[in-house]
Amino acid sequence: MSAVVLTALSWICISAGCFFTLTGAFGLVRMPEVYTRMHAASVIDTLGAGFLIIGLVLQAGLTLVSAKLVFILALIFFTGPVITHALAQAASEAGIEPLLVEDRRGRLDAVGSDTPEATAGVLPAEPAHPVR
Amino acid sequence: MFAAAAIAILGALVLVIGRALAGPTVFDRLLAGNTVGSLAVLLLAVVGFLTGRPEWLDIAITYGLLNLIGTLAVLKFFRHGDLAHDVEDET
Repeated sequence: MSAVVLTALSWICISAGCFFTLTGAFGLVRMPEVYTRMHAASVIDTLGAGFLIIGLVLQAGLTLVSAKLVFILALIFFTGPVITHALAQAASEAGIEPLLVEDRRGRLDAVGSDTPEATAGVLPAEPAHPVR
Repeated sequence: MFAAAAIAILGALVLVIGRALAGPTVFDRLLAGNTVGSLAVLLLAVVGFLTGRPEWLDIAITYGLLNLIGTLAVLKFFRHGDLAHDVEDET
């Protein structure tokens, strides 16, 4: 009975991990500029990796394999913020400014953002279809 | 189910590599490269369970450590133009 519950829990965790991994990847493609993309990529490092590895640990039970999995999870959890911080600092020093809400209408050609065609779907300046 | 998880991670890898090819600035490419590393670690763990050989987890740990060092080295290179940059030279 408890084995069935553990298996079901692990499948639920692995499915959630797959969902969040794909969500982070979609965010990395769709977000308008580098800082928001860092935000999307952190979903993969926290929720995606966390749920996937917890699901695998539930599959493996209390063995050396789960110890290694916990090491991998700790590695990803500690190195992810370090990389993101270094990346944000380097981007900030290189002169890339975050795209702020008040910039959305005028400065779509700001440094570091995509072309206006690419961001048109993400940052709607006007509704595509007039509201009836 | 492990196969489904591996396919989902591979789909995410395709999207992230697309961003790495398209990224307008070097930091977008670096972020995508680091994410490819994280996804590769997860893929190695899942494939280890898929094939029933947990030795893949050791490769995953090694890959994660190399990913950290590699991304920081490339970041330092693009920030200072020199991997042997001395902090004392900061102006």
